[in-house]
Amino acid sequence: MASGTELATEVAHGPTPGEYIAHHLTFLNNTGEKQVELINWNLVNLDTVFYSVLLGVLALFVLYRAAAKSTSGVPGRFQAAVEILVEMVADQAKGLIHSEESRRTVAPLALIVFVWIFLMNAMDFLPLDLLPRIWEGIYASAGHDPHHAYMRVVPTADINATMGMSIAVLLVCLYYNVKIKGAGGWAHELISAPFGDKLILAPFNFAMNVIEFLAKTVSHGMRLFGNMFAGELIFMLIALMGAAWTGANAPSFLLAFGHIVAGFAWAVFHILVVALQAFIFMMLTLVYIGQAHEGH
Amino acid sequence: MNLNATLIIQIVVFLTFVWFTKSFVWPPIVKALDERAKKIADGLAAADKAKADLANAEKKSIEELRAARESAAELRSGAEKQAAKLVEDARAEANRIIAAAREAATTEAAAAAQKAKDALRDQVATLAVAGAERILRREINAQVHADLLTNLKQELS
Repeated sequence: MASGTELATEVAHGPTPGEYIAHHLTFLNNTGEKQVELINWNLVNLDTVFYSVLLGVLALFVLYRAAAKSTSGVPGRFQAAVEILVEMVADQAKGLIHSEESRRTVAPLALIVFVWIFLMNAMDFLPLDLLPRIWEGIYASAGHDPHHAYMRVVPTADINATMGMSIAVLLVCLYYNVKIKGAGGWAHELISAPFGDKLILAPFNFAMNVIEFLAKTVSHGMRLFGNMFAGELIFMLIALMGAAWTGANAPSFLLAFGHIVAGFAWAVFHILVVALQAFIFMMLTLVYIGQAHEGH
Repeated sequence: MNLNATLIIQIVVFLTFVWFTKSFVWPPIVKALDERAKKIADGLAAADKAKADLANAEKKSIEELRAARESAAELRSGAEKQAAKLVEDARAEANRIIAAAREAATTEAAAAAQKAKDALRDQVATLAVAGAERILRREINAQVHADLLTNLKQELS
């Protein structure tokens, strides 16, 4: 069959769908090779660090500009937009954290969490191959094998990034547990709640609390990671439809049309996912830190 | 889903960002928001006060207007009363003057009539004597006949 041979020649030139996706799901780490071990503390995902720091600094810069120019008089549109954001975060923080002093730290934390995660999630809106293809060009012109020019542009689709943030939130929770309840008070709570203040129940209480902290932290990080990873993967699958172009024939036109329709639909839906996941991460951060302020 | 040192870096980056936001972003914006809220609250309070002041001033002006109207009415009625009294007085004075003038005229007229009557009487006596002289064609001694003439005079009066 004609189309079959054409597909075969195409495959010989470009990557197979499997190779394409595998390439797009590989991080650029300091070795330049794909990480094979489940955990390897010698590796750093350079792309994740680069884009997350870049976007974080961008967010801080924009917010800092707004803060530096903020007046109590009539605000401009930019200032008003930032104020809406700040007001939203401050309202949520007020509802969940009842300590005025803690809010002075936790509300800014929630603000930067929201803005930063929103920006990192929004990297999904860039054309899937835009930055990786530019990187491939740079990598090849530097004399390296372009097949190893890995690049992932959505930092929140990296479990290291999301778990890093959720672990940071856990550290903040532990800090406030000790700060509000005192080391002794918190230790007592760990072995006396939730089942009751009896010596025989202490191990169960403690195990329960450890599991609770673990579950909160893991689900916090995994939720964001899972959503963004799945979103990215679906963009890749959609991109495969257009990548199956074999020339001016009916199946190619249909697939290309499907690519446009599905890509548009998923991108529109993803606007919701991007904002919602950022908001959920922020809210859960506030909820967990709020819980650290309350005794069981 | 491979874990590596990116996680540690991410924790550090995250906490650094939080520190920056807490130190340089959040306080100025919240300060501006709080200040604006206070300004608006003050403005609203001032507006309420101004409204109350206005209401008070209106009430006061109505009161003043009413008092002015009352005193004007009082003045007018006083003036009217006084005018009426003046007219009344003038009328009484005029009547009095007219009556006095009438009385004077009457008295004068009576005096004049009396005078005329007296003069006429004198002349009649003289005429009577002259007539009698002519009738009698003789001299009548005035002294001799004085009594007679006086009698005649009396009779004529």
